[in-house]
Amino acid sequence: MKRTTFRNPWLPILLLSPQLAIIAVFFYWPAGYALQTSFYLQDPFGFGSTFVGAENYTRLTSSANYQDALTFTIVFTLLVTFFSLAIALLLAVKADKVLRGARTYRTLLMWVYAIAPPVAGLMGVMLFDQSRGNLTQLFQALGWDYTLGVNYWDTAVAMIVVSVWKQIPVNFIFFLSGLQAIPRSVHEAAMIDNRSGMSRFWDVTFPLLAPTGFFLLIINITYALFDTFGIIDTLVKGEPGNNPMTLVYRVFVDGFRGGDLGGSSAQSVVLMVLVLILTIVQFRFLERRIHYT
Amino acid sequence: MANVTLQDVRKVYPNGFEAIYPCSFEVPDGEFVVLVGPSGCGKSTLLRMVAGLEPITEGDLSIGARIVNDVDPADRNIAMVFQNYALYPHMTVAKNMGYGLKNRGTSKAEIDKKVRAAAEMLNLSDYLDRRPSQLSGGQRQRVAMGRAIVREPDLFLFDEPLSNLDAKLRNQMRIEVRALQRRLGVTSMYVTHDQVEAMTMADRIIVMNAGRIEQIGTPGEIYGRPASTFVASFMGAPPMNLLNGMAGDGAVRLDGGEQVPHAPVNGHAGALMVGIRPEDVLLSEAGDLAFNVHIVEELGALRLLHGEVGGQAFSVSVAKDQNAQVGQTRLSVKPSSVHLFDAAEGRRL
Ligand SMILES: Nc1ncnc2c1ncn2[C@@H]1O[C@H](COP(=O)(O)OP(=O)(O)OP(=O)(O)O)[C@@H](O)[C@H]1O
Ligand SMILES: [Mg+2]
Repeated sequence: MKRTTFRNPWLPILLLSPQLAIIAVFFYWPAGYALQTSFYLQDPFGFGSTFVGAENYTRLTSSANYQDALTFTIVFTLLVTFFSLAIALLLAVKADKVLRGARTYRTLLMWVYAIAPPVAGLMGVMLFDQSRGNLTQLFQALGWDYTLGVNYWDTAVAMIVVSVWKQIPVNFIFFLSGLQAIPRSVHEAAMIDNRSGMSRFWDVTFPLLAPTGFFLLIINITYALFDTFGIIDTLVKGEPGNNPMTLVYRVFVDGFRGGDLGGSSAQSVVLMVLVLILTIVQFRFLERRIHYT
Repeated sequence: MANVTLQDVRKVYPNGFEAIYPCSFEVPDGEFVVLVGPSGCGKSTLLRMVAGLEPITEGDLSIGARIVNDVDPADRNIAMVFQNYALYPHMTVAKNMGYGLKNRGTSKAEIDKKVRAAAEMLNLSDYLDRRPSQLSGGQRQRVAMGRAIVREPDLFLFDEPLSNLDAKLRNQMRIEVRALQRRLGVTSMYVTHDQVEAMTMADRIIVMNAGRIEQIGTPGEIYGRPASTFVASFMGAPPMNLLNGMAGDGAVRLDGGEQVPHAPVNGHAGALMVGIRPEDVLLSEAGDLAFNVHIVEELGALRLLHGEVGGQAFSVSVAKDQNAQVGQTRLSVKPSSVHLFDAAEGRRL
């Protein structure tokens, strides 16, 4: 990398300032504000607040609702991460067999990447629609009295399926490019060394995909924890009721529906710490450990 | 150990491109055969069909007494060394070498013994626990060799295994590979586009051009009696001089007018190509052909004179102690060193 030197010491700062301003306004300021708010109890009508120390945090540990959301979030994250990675990997492996060398197809698949996530999310919601959704109708034809938004488990299934669905194209593209980066001759050497395609996959292909896989693992955990907000909101429509909820969605419900800004700030601080840990894990352990060349 | 037989083997790629026209040859047990030819002539395609990595469109391929057209690569008992080595980046050197044996159900102790023996042979004993990324190019090349050796295959296949090495290492590895093959006595097919590798390593050379076999023969035969103008100009540096001429009345005349001595005319008549290797002529004022020298190239041990004979380009190589200058001189041709080729097809007459 070439090092550039600026004669005027203010120029680099000037060039960076838009980015820095965005980070400050949209991240540090709200984060700082949330940290501060998490130590206060807000008057529900907005007439001021009282300093309560760590009470908002201790309240979390004893709240049954919060414990439920935590358990659900863990299960939800595990399932969404696992299925979106596994299905995407399966599809990528199949596609890789067809695509070796055929660049046109690869470009076509890149389009899916650009188009699919929002469309897939919307389509998922439509498929699960209570009155007209095809999946709902299918379930009902099979004798499953599927009631989205009313039954806890039915809602959970929809959340997981739609979240997985929306994330598959992203994972697929990363896995596919990871697979295509493995030299053909390595596959061929393995073909001479090992008859079984399945065991070749686990012995050679899978370990070589590990860097991509771990990167995607972090991305997917983050996705399941945070980016599924939109999907959940579409499915639950702001009516917590008897529905399952992830921690992020709880922050919103408690803060903006329940008016408990202090408690919800404490929850977001907990989540921030979680993101911090994930980031550290990614940089410290994974990025360093899993590169072969 | 095994011999390899190709019977009318043909390859057409799915896009309709005919990469190998039907060809037949046999590699006897223990022989080291080199496939040589310009880029894109189908050497790798042929080798990959033998390995089972590319399906055979038509014809029969047998290794030993068995027709293996439909046998899985892993069951052909072959080993292949690739140009980019194709080592498994996530496995140690020892694991790389032992992977094939492990999949055949060889016991751990047995694998360990064989890997150690191969590593010993290749001076890799100190590197067994390293990953390929921690090795030099030459060491990776050895690991690829080791991976081939430990399997004790019937057949070694090499696809330009030395072309990623620098010139000095390549010369050294060339000798080592050949010595190793002699010691193990394993039948080998070796692809290269380097004619020095072909000449020095081969028991027999197969010269290919545009999907066809031009000639099969020992290095001596290929160099001494090239079957076509293609082989004549491909093998040898600088290549054989090819001049247009005309045969008639038991003699050959160059298009420039002069008669070529020692030409094996044998009753041929009409237009033909006259081939003379640069080292098969002597500079002598009493010579038969006028040679106009344009450029003198110093190569140390040799000196190359480039010029023309009868208006056609001609090169001569002379020993360093021989005097040579730009200008007019004459050449005398050594006996039985004039090659005649059909003018239209380039076949040897
Ligand atoms: N999968 C394929 N589909 C179509 N044509 C192919 C395919 N693979 C190779 N070819 C063509 O077949 C011909 C022979 O290719 P091959 O790789 O055997 O050449 P080569 O003699 O090994 O050349 P090089 O010395 O450059 O490695 C080339 O013209 C190549 O373009
Ligand atoms: Mg090749």
